[in-house]
Amino acid sequence: MSDDPNADAALTSTRNVEVVVMALLLCVAVFLGWDNWRIGAGWAPDGPQAGYFPFYLSVLLGGASLVGIVSALRSAELREEVFVGRSAFGRVLRVFIPTILFVFLVQLIGLYVASFVFVSAFMIFIGKLSVWKSLLTGLIFSGLMFYIFDVQFNVLLPKGPLEAAFGF
Amino acid sequence: MEALDSLFHGFGVLLTFHNMMLMLVGICLGILVGVLPGLGGPNGVAILLPLTFTMDPTSAIVLLSCIYWGALFGGAITSILFNIPGEAWSVATTFDGYPMAQKGEAAEALTAAFTASFVGSIVAVMLITFLAPWIATFALRFGPPEFFAVYLLTFCSFVGLGKEARHKIIISLAIGFLLAAVGMDTVSGELRMTFGSIEMLRGFDFLVAVIGLFGISEILLAMEEHLAFKGQEAKIRLKVVWQTWMTLPRYWMTLLRSSAIGCWLGITPGGAIAASFMGYNLAKRFSREGASFGKGKIEGVLAPETAAHAAGTSALLPMLALGIPGSGTAAVLLGGLMVWGLQPGPLLFVEQKDFVWGLIASMYLGNIAGLIIVLATVPLFASVLRVPFATIAPMIIVSCAIGAFAVQNAMFDIWLMLGFGVIGYIFKKIGIPLAPLTLALVLGDKAEDAFRQSMIGLDGGLSIFWSNKLVGTITTLALIMLFWPLIGKVIDMIRGSGHAPASAPTSESSRP
Repeated sequence: MSDDPNADAALTSTRNVEVVVMALLLCVAVFLGWDNWRIGAGWAPDGPQAGYFPFYLSVLLGGASLVGIVSALRSAELREEVFVGRSAFGRVLRVFIPTILFVFLVQLIGLYVASFVFVSAFMIFIGKLSVWKSLLTGLIFSGLMFYIFDVQFNVLLPKGPLEAAFGF
Repeated sequence: MEALDSLFHGFGVLLTFHNMMLMLVGICLGILVGVLPGLGGPNGVAILLPLTFTMDPTSAIVLLSCIYWGALFGGAITSILFNIPGEAWSVATTFDGYPMAQKGEAAEALTAAFTASFVGSIVAVMLITFLAPWIATFALRFGPPEFFAVYLLTFCSFVGLGKEARHKIIISLAIGFLLAAVGMDTVSGELRMTFGSIEMLRGFDFLVAVIGLFGISEILLAMEEHLAFKGQEAKIRLKVVWQTWMTLPRYWMTLLRSSAIGCWLGITPGGAIAASFMGYNLAKRFSREGASFGKGKIEGVLAPETAAHAAGTSALLPMLALGIPGSGTAAVLLGGLMVWGLQPGPLLFVEQKDFVWGLIASMYLGNIAGLIIVLATVPLFASVLRVPFATIAPMIIVSCAIGAFAVQNAMFDIWLMLGFGVIGYIFKKIGIPLAPLTLALVLGDKAEDAFRQSMIGLDGGLSIFWSNKLVGTITTLALIMLFWPLIGKVIDMIRGSGHAPASAPTSESSRP
């Protein structure tokens, strides 16, 4: 994987990502620790207060991420390791951005129509597959999902104007 | 013998047309889930959980547990034919399975893998049949301190026995616990860590987390590598199956050893992944031809598969008997129990006899049916991987979105799932394990309740956890587990070996 000499140019090293993630976790830990201290992390007459358990967990999280920062900074091995290559990251975005658009679509026009659009468009534009095959696959998939979830199992999923037009 | 009576009762519950059909459907879906990249045991079960909301609990658990068995079987197909482990626990299967397939012995390798899986599962199921009721009876005497001690033991053994760097396991656990604590505090009714948001008030549902962490992140990882599946031919003729079976008794020692390792690691939350590697390494060490491992030896397929299945199955033992899951998938099944309105824990064996024994009976039948189905349908499922990934990926994403939405009918959960997907992707790449997070998220509230109930009326002293022999033993054991790597080092030093201990934490070994 990462030790492949033909791998594409590194976007960033694993060490950088690890340090950033650990630092973020440290901030989260401090913030949550403060919030729980605020609602009471001490000992009431009837036992621990509401913030007691989460407060000490925040302390634990903070401590562990400090260790993480130090050990990531000290590791020479991680500095060499490629977290993700440029073209690999491009491929990741090519699936992640359409996914975000899909979720927006679900909010607008309901899940079934959105999934038809998503599957077909993904196959056509990302997979470079033939148009009629893609449209047919999307249609069959959405239809099948509708049959299984809505008709067979009565699981209510977000629906839009199209379903309403058919009286569902 | 009481266990046998109950087991026959369980078969009685199971043997209806409806349940048998669900079993078959579950196994086929499970194999599919195991074969497809981006879907695995935990999130496969989590996505399909909404389908079972309207079923009765026994049928629901039969369906879901069969998906689990199917996924365990399915993982081996891609490892052997495509050199791509469908599941983390089938990584060790690729070492010898793929070379066998390259030599044209794919059919032998697959037969061996499936049969080994079957043997491992059956051994573990027998263990569950006889041990689980006994443990449950024993656990009926547990009070809050004992339960907290058992939770402690679970989490400490994760830290002590895990293969990842310790601080990363602790981070994973702490995040899981903190996420579980978001929302209304169950004891005082106070709001914690909601920051005035209404969406946060409900807290985080762990199913949404599982679908994002395991499903979406897996798709992102899969896209990173070029997914060009170049597979070996997969056709299994009956004659080959028979011939392979005839050679298997020779390896009884390997099968037995791997089953034992698997059962042990499945009950303690070391998990199937560790078990498969350990089974492989021990088989290599004990074999007379250890040097030829990795070049396509049948033992190299048998050992990890037996261990992985034994571990995957026996992970259900603590879930049934104590309400503490031993693996990610077991954690999802436990979540299912709560959704269906059952209270997990030792009382399950007393109050829900039909459910428990129906499930155990379905473990026997499901594995037999699974073995037959998987042997017959390998070519079909192998051809699934020849479908372009651009077709499969959006479908998996849609399924994930449906699963996440259906848990609480909340649009917010789909966004949350995407967020967890990104977190899972990054965590996997920097070696923070996800299983502890899942487990802590499921058990967080229960562990906290147990802790606070034990502490009622005490002023902060922890002596309650050593107040009697039982709870004292468990707590001490938990601490031993926590410091196990240190203790190992000390023992090595006393022996004067002076070598670096083999158990030194390696962060990269667990990455996919």
